[in-house]
Amino acid sequence: MKEITRLTIHEALDGLKKKEFTSVELTKAYLENMAAGKHYNAYVTECAEMALVQAAAADKHYAAGTSRALEGIPLGIKDLFCTKGIRTTACSRILNNFIPPYESTVTSHLLDDGAVFLGKLNMDEFAMGGSNETSFFGPAVNPWSKDVDLVPGGSSGGSAAAVAANMCAGATATDTGGSIREPAAFCGCTGIKPTYGRCSRYGIMAFASSLDQAGPIAKDVRDCAVLLKSMAGFDAKDSTSCEKEVPDYEQFLEKDIKGLKVGLPKEYRPEGLNPEVCAYWDKAAAFLKERGAEIVEISLPHTKYALAAYYVLAPAEASSNLARYDGIRYGLREEGENLDKLYINTRTAGFGAEVKRRIMIGTYVLSAGYYDAYYLKAQKIRRLIHDDFVNAFKECDIILTPTSPVTAFPIGDESMKNNPINMYLNDVFTVSVNLAGLPGLSLPIGLSKTGLPLGMQLIGKPFDEGTIFKVAAKIEADAKFERK
Amino acid sequence: MAIDNETVKRVAFLSRLKIEDSKIEAAKEEFNKILNWVEELNEVNTDEVEPLISVNETTLRLREDKVTDGNYQEAILANAPDKEYDYFAVPKVVE
Repeated sequence: MKEITRLTIHEALDGLKKKEFTSVELTKAYLENMAAGKHYNAYVTECAEMALVQAAAADKHYAAGTSRALEGIPLGIKDLFCTKGIRTTACSRILNNFIPPYESTVTSHLLDDGAVFLGKLNMDEFAMGGSNETSFFGPAVNPWSKDVDLVPGGSSGGSAAAVAANMCAGATATDTGGSIREPAAFCGCTGIKPTYGRCSRYGIMAFASSLDQAGPIAKDVRDCAVLLKSMAGFDAKDSTSCEKEVPDYEQFLEKDIKGLKVGLPKEYRPEGLNPEVCAYWDKAAAFLKERGAEIVEISLPHTKYALAAYYVLAPAEASSNLARYDGIRYGLREEGENLDKLYINTRTAGFGAEVKRRIMIGTYVLSAGYYDAYYLKAQKIRRLIHDDFVNAFKECDIILTPTSPVTAFPIGDESMKNNPINMYLNDVFTVSVNLAGLPGLSLPIGLSKTGLPLGMQLIGKPFDEGTIFKVAAKIEADAKFERK
Repeated sequence: MAIDNETVKRVAFLSRLKIEDSKIEAAKEEFNKILNWVEELNEVNTDEVEPLISVNETTLRLREDKVTDGNYQEAILANAPDKEYDYFAVPKVVE
């Protein structure tokens, strides 16, 4: 592996500015790692040729002194973001041949800042899954695997695996119930899901529109700050996009945390929680206390109901969003003797098992006679969960929790295969944040006894990503986690 | 609220998905497992609670009703599995 691929984005930008290496050299080094790391199945589409053209253009900008915020930095793009002229599949058979005629807003921001795109990253089909195993292209593999291949987490499994294995400098990802934070935790990366409305959803294939948010997965906290700054911002093409100004997140990293109140929700420490996870949680809190923060116990009383509410609301929205895949305008078509048969044949052949399961659950909870009992009920629970956070933030400035109750598990785990609910339970610490629309970051805190990364989650007030970055930088400095 | 085989078939049709007859029983059990699990929401009294539809509760922006972009017929049809005379083509729907 080439040493320059181990650099963070901010280190690489420094090297490029000082002409220690060129973007073409950096891009080639990442392409070599991609070729050597095929086993990780992180990329589903590679665009080496285009990347080298972009890198050469970036080098001209450096030569001319006109370099932009991410000039010449090679990134991987989750295959949920539409990229103009580059196949975008959502890792579904139904979009296996789809070439978008337009660019998503988030990726066009990155391109406008001079980024280089190495290719499209593996993920769970339509972002539905927590292990990357529902991908039509097969699962990505966690680079921390030893004897057995472990999942990278999901749905942004390819993003986390590629960052951890130095097959890109940073990656885009999306998070509907934990899909940035959980894979970041499983692969020892840092990832942030910003406040709902921070990043435009335009050109990102919709899963559950009221929950979906884009964000970066990167090698460290500063890189997340750099990438989010570029990705975020108001967009008239997304009606839920927020008109708030995007601050320079890097300025928060050096600020001290004296007197800051850090909340630890007691409901996140249920009986039977992995003692290693508890110990690291206490350690992270101790780091912050040592630096002058005040640790307070808080309560989020409706935490217990978040997962069940999520697994009503997300499939309901998905069933509606995925109605567009009909075999008429784009994607797969399986012929049938009439229009209904064509729809049925196309969708039955095009969607995988988990996506079908969620479409049907969603259709059921939205159907006449059941709407109030399931969907409306879940929306009311969502209000209670939201209000829990509003109340908690009267007593603290930021919330610290573990990201996941478990470390990465083997691909094909029987208990999860046999019961989808067991897989859903991995999201227990992350879904509430989506339901409440809050920003949440995961960063590595250390390794388990089995040598696998564990993540800590920081949850902030709406649009207060700055405080998250400030606190995350302190935990990162004290935890001294060693990347791959 | 346990669901039966007929409901599974009806929901599959509403979803425009086909489930093989041999797999309906298994699908029913899986659905019931998930539905039983989400029933735990009924433990919470929500009589006085307003549903939360989206955290972004500001009213949607309005804009002037005029064309700002368009004329992409070729680009839009480029991904169509079947097209005729610059239109999407579908099986005959009118007798």
